[in-house]
Order: sequence, then structure tokens, then C-alpha cells
Amino acid sequence: MNPMLALLARDLRLASRRPAEALLPVVFFVVAASLFPLGVGPEANTLKTIAPGIVWVCALLSSMLSLGSMYGSDYADGSLEQMLISSMSGFELAVAKCFAHWLMTGVPLLLVSPLLGLLFGLGWEAIGLLALGLLLGTPILSMMGGMGAALTLGLRNSAVLILLIVLPLCIPVLIFGAGAVSAAEAGLAPDGHFYLLGAMLLLTSLGAPVATAAALRISV
Amino acid sequence: MKNLPRLFYFAAPSRFYWLASKAVPWLYAIAAAFAVWGLYVGFFVAPTDATQGDSYRIIFIHVPAAWMSMVIYLAMAGWAAFGWAANARLASMMARALAPTGAAFTFLALWTGAFWGKPTWGAWWVWDARLTSELILLFLYLGFMALVEAIDDTRRADHAGALLAIVGAVNVPIIYFSVRWWNTLHQGSSISMTAAPKMAHAMVEAMLLMTVAFWAYAFAVVFRRCSAIVLERERGADWVQALARKEG
Repeated sequence: MNPMLALLARDLRLASRRPAEALLPVVFFVVAASLFPLGVGPEANTLKTIAPGIVWVCALLSSMLSLGSMYGSDYADGSLEQMLISSMSGFELAVAKCFAHWLMTGVPLLLVSPLLGLLFGLGWEAIGLLALGLLLGTPILSMMGGMGAALTLGLRNSAVLILLIVLPLCIPVLIFGAGAVSAAEAGLAPDGHFYLLGAMLLLTSLGAPVATAAALRISV
Repeated sequence: MKNLPRLFYFAAPSRFYWLASKAVPWLYAIAAAFAVWGLYVGFFVAPTDATQGDSYRIIFIHVPAAWMSMVIYLAMAGWAAFGWAANARLASMMARALAPTGAAFTFLALWTGAFWGKPTWGAWWVWDARLTSELILLFLYLGFMALVEAIDDTRRADHAGALLAIVGAVNVPIIYFSVRWWNTLHQGSSISMTAAPKMAHAMVEAMLLMTVAFWAYAFAVVFRRCSAIVLERERGADWVQALARKEG
């Protein structure tokens, strides 16, 4: 069996053994986003304007939330070291880990986002654009986050440190993901935002696993 | 080959320490002299701006600080990368010594920008593309410093910091342009800092003098901080022990 697929299947199996833990990020996503109307007020037009931004910020935070466990438990029990000295390259390891993380956090966010769109009174077209943006953007968050997780392996306060390191790097994703919906709402074509998100996805897919592999070698 | 200047002569921490201890007083003197000269030209020679009155004079601090904040980030990433690639200890120490100064200049640029913004735009802060990307640059500095401080093993800290600095340097243009497009989409062109009228000769002169002062100050402070890092890391070395005995 391909080692990448084996690692992916293992991570998914481990997550399925603890379903409550695996669902935490998506629950956080919904709870955090639902707090905004309570804080901002129930005025429908305001909510509609800020909805894409809120959904994106909450998606950003909730995918950062589960990063600690991405390499953390494997590092603690020594299996990460074994993976690094195995025949699998660091690049493959990083890709498999990020893909597993995306399947476990990115995809659930994607599936729940239409619900949040409805809560904020977005139209179907806007909801579709929001989901498309999340589809292109959440893998970037997983890959950037994977690099942050690899750099902060085994450190005190690593959860906060990851946020401080990774969030500034994710700002472009936030801008174009939320910007696509806002542009469409303002009557502009959202295509450009998606092209840029796609370009960033390609660039990150090439660069981030290399950086993550290097970070793992530094940290382990 | 022997007659070529030895490029890496000062890469040895002990020689660097000697160089820094000789250079730092001179650098401070240059910084002070140019700051006095620059501020004199800025406050007494440069004419009052036709539209902004005297409040524009903060430009003599603001613009050089903003330049320094960007140059130092690049220098930091460059030294960190060199230290990581060539396993040069002093380069990594230099990168760590640069970070707090860079963050301080970034903060100074933001703070003076706020002081300038209040009388000119009527607001302490606007989400202008330059201000926002400068703020993000501050976050990048803070992330770098937090990461290297959090790791106890110096070797791992240096290499992890280098990786983060490189990733940050690659991302800076992407962040800058995305913030610019975001800004034009949301705000329109309410503020234009680029369309400033041609500056008077004395204004440019004061700004350049202040830039020299800031460069000298940055070198002085970074050399001093780097010397401290050298002493801390080389505390087991003979020359540091001898130095400690001599200084009592």
C-alpha cells in the first residue's frame, strides 16, 4: 500500500475512534459564528454585509484550533520520528497529514457553511460562492497551519504560538475568500477572487509541504 | 588569494565582539549627530507645508522608520537564511538581534503614522493599504520573536526562526498586494498618499539625514544586542572567561 494512503487512512481511522473530538472544530465554528449576531445586533442588512467575513474568520480560527493534534500526539509517542526515518519523504508525510487534517476540519466546515449562510440571511448564490471560496481556501489554511504546527512541536503554549505565527500569513486567503462574496453582493464579478485563491492554493501546495518537511526535521 | 580581503574574518564571534565594541560608540555618535542635524533642518529650515501646516513634519521620523522596518525584515530573513544554510552561528545571532529593532521601528512608524493621521485625515487609524500591511509586518516580527523565544534549544530556535522568516519574506509581497486590492474594493480612493505634491528640497534633505541617523542607530543597537547574545552563547569559551576576569 502506498505509504501516503496508509498514513491518511490511519489518521482518519484514529479520528473516527474519537468522533466527539473530531467534531469539535466544526462545533466551535458554528458556536463562534452564532455569537456575532448577539454581539452586533439582529439588524438583517448589517448581518448580511458582515456574514462572509464572519464565516471566514471563524473558519480560520476553527481550523487553527485542531492543529495542535496534527503532529502533537505522534511526536509525543515517537511515531513521528519513525515516520521521518521511514522510506516516506518528509514532503509526502506533510501532504498526507495536511490532507487528513483538511478532510477532518476543512470539509465539515464546507458542509456546514450553507447553514451559517442561511442564519445570516445570505442568498443562495452568495452561499454557493462562500462554499466555493471555502473549498479553495481551507486547504491553504490546513497547509499553512501544518507548517506552524511543525515549527511549534512540543513547545509550551504552542496553541497560542501557532495562531500568532500562522494567522498573519493567512490574511490573503481571508481577503479573497470573503471578498468574493462581498464583490458579488456589490454587483461585481467574483471570478478574479477565485482565480487568486486558486493561484494561492497551487503556490501553497508546492511550497508549504516543503517548508513543513524542513520544519519537522528542525523540530524532531 | 592571500591578499584578498577575508570576507568572513568577522564571522568568528570573538572577532565580531571586538569589532562591535570598537564600532558601537562611533555609530551612536553618528546617529546622534545626524539626528540633531536632520531634526534641525526638519524643524527650522524646511518650509511649512501649504496644505498640512506644520503637522507634516512628523514625516522626518515616520518615513525613515517605515523604511527601516522593511529593510530590517529583509536583513533579518537574509541573515537567518544564511545562518541556517551555512550553519553560521553569528548570522543566526544577527537575525535574532535584528528582530526587536525591526519591531520597534515598525511600531514607531505606526505610532507616528497615527499622530500624523489625526490632524490630516481626522482619524488615528484608517484601514489604508500601507497602514494595514505595516501592521501585519509588526505581527510577523512578533511571531518570529515569540517563536525563537519559546524554543529553549538555540540551534532549533535559530533554524525554526529562519524558516519562519523566509516564509514571511515570501509572503510579504502577497500580503501587500492582497491588502491593496482589498482596500481599493472596500474604500475607493478616499485617501491618496502617493499623490503628494513635489516635496521641497529641504524636506528631502531632512528626511535623508534622519534616514542616515536611523541606519546608524540600528547598526549600533543591533551590534550591541548581538554582542550580548554572543557573550551569552559563548560563555563557556576561553575568550569570554578571560574577558569576564578582566572586567571583574
